[in-house]
Amino acid sequence: MIAAAGPHPVIPDFGPVSRCVQDNGFFCTDWFTANWDSVFWPALVQHVRLTVMAVGIGFVLAFAAALLAHFKGWLERPVGGFTAFLYTIPPLALFELLVPGTGVSVLTVEIALVAYTLMVLFKNTLTGLREVPPDVRRVGEGMGLTRRQILVRIELPLAIPSILSGLRIATVTTISTVEIAAFIIDQGLGSPILQGLQSPFNTQFVAAGALAVALALAADGLIVLVGRLLTPWTHARRAV
Amino acid sequence: MANQGQSAAEIVFDRATKVYRGAPAPAVDELSMTVPAGEICVLLGPSGSGKTTALTMVNRLVEPTSGDIRIDGVSVAEQDATGLRRRIGYVIQQIGLFPHMTIEENVATVPQVLGWKRDRIRDRVRELLDLVGLPPREYGGRYPAQLSGGQRQRVGIARALAADPPVMLMDEPFGALDPITREHMQDEFLRLHEQVRKTTLFVSHDMDEAVKMGDRIAIFREGGHLVQYDAPERILTAPADDFVARFIGADRGLKALTLRRVGDLPLEPADATPDTAPLAATETLHTALSALMTSGTDRLPVADGDGRLVGTVTLDLIRAEAGRPAPHEGEVA
Ligand SMILES: Nc1ncnc2c1ncn2[C@@H]1O[C@H](COP(=O)(O)OP(=O)(O)O)[C@@H](O)[C@H]1O
Ligand SMILES: [Mg+2]
Repeated sequence: MIAAAGPHPVIPDFGPVSRCVQDNGFFCTDWFTANWDSVFWPALVQHVRLTVMAVGIGFVLAFAAALLAHFKGWLERPVGGFTAFLYTIPPLALFELLVPGTGVSVLTVEIALVAYTLMVLFKNTLTGLREVPPDVRRVGEGMGLTRRQILVRIELPLAIPSILSGLRIATVTTISTVEIAAFIIDQGLGSPILQGLQSPFNTQFVAAGALAVALALAADGLIVLVGRLLTPWTHARRAV
Repeated sequence: MANQGQSAAEIVFDRATKVYRGAPAPAVDELSMTVPAGEICVLLGPSGSGKTTALTMVNRLVEPTSGDIRIDGVSVAEQDATGLRRRIGYVIQQIGLFPHMTIEENVATVPQVLGWKRDRIRDRVRELLDLVGLPPREYGGRYPAQLSGGQRQRVGIARALAADPPVMLMDEPFGALDPITREHMQDEFLRLHEQVRKTTLFVSHDMDEAVKMGDRIAIFREGGHLVQYDAPERILTAPADDFVARFIGADRGLKALTLRRVGDLPLEPADATPDTAPLAATETLHTALSALMTSGTDRLPVADGDGRLVGTVTLDLIRAEAGRPAPHEGEVA
């Protein structure tokens, strides 16, 4: 039986271990697979959950705000300014600011994570909605489409590429910010990374770090794929 | 046509005036004219003379400051703007196809918002794509980016015709096309108009296009003044003032010849054994004059559709015809 890395990470007494672990190799596959179920998989799941929640809530808020600003133009400056301000606060400082109110909790982390997604999601959604060429809008209006029909049938579909590129940035950024959240809560791939950094044993932080990178790449690729499925017109080939 | 819908409607401008907010002068000034049902009326004039403004007052994209516009006797101001627009086809130079919709989806837009049944929409879309020369099987599923400029303009016209509106508004629809495609589209549209007979307002700044397309031409000058509203022949042979004369160009005499046919002249008797190939009686006087110039003679034989000689056209005949003003065609508002 191989123990998981404990709360006080020194190279643990693993009992009979492989040469790689004894020599503290850069990456020991046997140790990684042996600890997958107890350390890496749960951390990965937590990481995904924290990210999806933050980006999901951030998207709903930013989308609603962008729709409002699309119809009431004067809202763009205050809302855009506020989201930009949130984005400038360093993550650790924001966590510290929130802890007195919401405690050392998932809630604190989520509030901060959501705050960081708002700027890019708001900006990209609004830009996308405005991307409709003026002639297209004019013809839509001239054909007798109502304002709501223009929004649903024309503006929203044409905004998809811009919205998705915002989601890509927000998602990848959130995945790396969740790693920092390990300073507050013992969740996500940040935990094994932090612990791994405090110990001379390499495999733990190398593996957790690599998983975080892989997760970011996979999420990014997934959104690109969804985008291709949602916007067939952007890559339709000229057939002759 | 399978979808015989509303017939054409008469359009009346009744002292329609538009002064844009902050503008020192009207963009359209007391415009009064009547476009009879089923005709093509070309609004012609230099850039900024108020053609687009006049056109878009009809579908209320622009609201008149004063005056009125009536379609079949009903003021547009009294109609719900959305409903009104769905009964008016609208085509613009930049076409404005919805880039994220297939050709079929583009054409289906107005029938969809009108709540037509799915089958009826599908049949109508296919019928229209056939009508504008884009076989639905081949083109229906494509996106606008996959079509040429001329093909896109056809889709724009099909889309405007989708709900069989009695009125069509076309704002320089062929202005962005290359000359060859443009001529082709003009011919196509005239052929189409023969079939569907919508009352059409057609904005242009090109005299040749106006003469070719228009049953009537309304000539505007800066400040949105209508200076002449007449049949093309009348405009060419009896311009109302210097502005019109300059605008239609010094070659208006030659242009007028494109409107008359050799067969309509009081031809001289046919020569027994002509030494040159005969002209068809359906050719325009413009073509006849050109043929006379290149042949180096001053008389050419004329043949009918069956190749029988029916007479002789001479330079003197054409010159006499060109000098004769066209008969006045009546109801000018
Ligand atoms: N939306 C607008 N607001 C203010 N002025 C306008 C607007 N549209 C057109 N104008 C002005 O009205 C005049 C007529 O324009 P327009 O109807 O577009 O002419 P045309 O189509 O003959 O080129 C021009 O002086 C133009 O600058
Ligand atoms: Mg114009």
